[in-house]
Amino acid sequence: MPETILELNELHTHFFTDNGEIPAVDGVSLSVNKGEVVGIVGESGCGKSVTSLSIMQLIPQPPGKIVSGEINFKGENLANSSNKRMKQIRGNEISMIFQEPMTSLDPLFTIGNQLREAIQLHNKMSKKEASDRALDMLEMVGIPRPKEVLSEYPHQLSGGMRQRVMIAMAMSCDPEILIADEPTTALDVTIQAQILDLMKKLNQEKDTAIMLITHDLGVVAEICDRVVVMYSGQVVEEGTTREILKDPKHPYSQGLIKSLPKIHEREQKLYSIPGTVPKPKMGVKGCRFAQRCPMAFERCFQEDPELYPLENNRRSRCFLYDDAKREVTENANADIRS
Amino acid sequence: MQTPILEVNGLKKYFDIRGGVFGRKVGEVKAVDDVSFTVMEGEILGIVGESGCGKSTTGKSILRLIEPTEGKVKFQDKDITELSDEEMRQLRRNMQIIFQDPYASLNPRHTVEKIISEPLLIHGLTDKNERKKRVTELLEIVGLSGYHASRYPHQFSGGQRQRVGIARALANNPKLLICDEPVSALDVSVQSQILNLMEELRDEFNLTYVFIAHDLSVVKHISDRIGVMYLGRMVELTEKNKLYDNPKHPYTKALLSAIPLPDPDIEKERMILEGDVPSPANPPSGCAFHTRCPLAMEVCKEVRPQFNEIEDNHFVACHLYE
Repeated sequence: MPETILELNELHTHFFTDNGEIPAVDGVSLSVNKGEVVGIVGESGCGKSVTSLSIMQLIPQPPGKIVSGEINFKGENLANSSNKRMKQIRGNEISMIFQEPMTSLDPLFTIGNQLREAIQLHNKMSKKEASDRALDMLEMVGIPRPKEVLSEYPHQLSGGMRQRVMIAMAMSCDPEILIADEPTTALDVTIQAQILDLMKKLNQEKDTAIMLITHDLGVVAEICDRVVVMYSGQVVEEGTTREILKDPKHPYSQGLIKSLPKIHEREQKLYSIPGTVPKPKMGVKGCRFAQRCPMAFERCFQEDPELYPLENNRRSRCFLYDDAKREVTENANADIRS
Repeated sequence: MQTPILEVNGLKKYFDIRGGVFGRKVGEVKAVDDVSFTVMEGEILGIVGESGCGKSTTGKSILRLIEPTEGKVKFQDKDITELSDEEMRQLRRNMQIIFQDPYASLNPRHTVEKIISEPLLIHGLTDKNERKKRVTELLEIVGLSGYHASRYPHQFSGGQRQRVGIARALANNPKLLICDEPVSALDVSVQSQILNLMEELRDEFNLTYVFIAHDLSVVKHISDRIGVMYLGRMVELTEKNKLYDNPKHPYTKALLSAIPLPDPDIEKERMILEGDVPSPANPPSGCAFHTRCPLAMEVCKEVRPQFNEIEDNHFVACHLYE
């Protein structure tokens, strides 16, 4: 049994705005095991970034607030942790990299300076030792001429190089988990391939678990072991990468995969999910996807589906997989077909 | 044989870099450096490349939204680089553009009706009621409804805004549409709706598209022929299936192998390129790709390869095939 290091339990993060309360994360439960790469996929506004920011307690407060739920990191509930304790954890045991590396590096300080800051904050080291460590990190992430880069400023580096520096910084204290929020979205495909390769290498060599947040199912297939699909603030499906991509169970995951243009197939018309992603609202009754779902039946509009367990530790939030009702739905399916 | 609707010949666009106390010219960015291609009537030509390769500049130069430095652009056998501004304005009725960001390309202070009717007014549809009728018609063509006309852009989602942008481009029954990354700002489920819409419109109105994008699977889906650009130059141009099944240029090969595929069963040869795209202000000598090319030879550093037709309808600029 693999060791679970991070577990979210019914996490609710809401934003309190002038237009009312918005449940951006609405009861998310998921877990990350040691050394595992977990992908969180979903379209914009599904709550994947807010979930990761909640783990790090980086939600601006107000307007955001973790209303309820647990974030268990090695037996400690981070949702109740003090600011002081979070400062020890951030960048040391859990670190994070973001989509746009330029906005997460300080343009006024050299790369060396910023790397040393992270290292010295969590380790008792002299400036010299920290510099050596910084140099090692830059070499590890494959930066050419690392010695010179230490004394350069972020604007002197390209996008791909900046993202490497961010990864070096995030890995400098050997974290247990690296949370990567769309790390390659701003990069070109050839550079994206380099960065994904690097992340895979770090995961294998250092046994660091990675929680990868992305909207790109191709990236997921490339490096993830397990995938969590989110829709409108909820987890709708969970399974191994192969299972989700080859045999998606939830109608939303099915639609999402079908609507991707495939490079190796010749097809005429793309499948598309009708309508658009709904904005999260309080007090929505029924399944969030029901309005756009081709299989929806009466119950979907009236009750909230749970995450029903399936074989191989898979889970799917759809009444089609509610055992007691399976018979009914089979009839409903037959109706749709006929 | 189809007739060519657009011929681009030796198109160049250099942007000056100015510096120093007197703002003298200190260099130039060769955004587009000698690009030639032909687009047939009713065809969809895809142009792919990484950021900074000059694909958008190419698109805008065709419409003379950016004045090209050198080269000829022939639209329906007329050289448009020599037209006066007034003649060009007349001609733009036939050549329209759809932009990437539907948030930035619609005026937030105008209603959708005003946005769509503006090109109609400019090109001489002065009757107010006729314009109104045409706006409703256009909205229905792109899958919206007449009552949307009185709304403002912020009341629409990204996909709906892109539909408004398409309706505006279609207003004067153009023949050629330049689509500059029309779906890159959209979510996957909405992206497929817009791609389908664009294909339907092409069939319905016999449109010709130049489809610029960085996403290879999207371009593969929609295009008939595809051109690959690198650092301001076209490196390969051929029919889509030939390009994907049998890429010739090493850059095309690398680009194709770098796409992450959402299918765990496809085993592919990974060819990861080293380094970054060089700066177009200071491009490498000879073949622009030789600094990253795994197959580079001596000659690649010195001589710029010609863009030759090595097989029927398959153009490549690489010394390996000379």
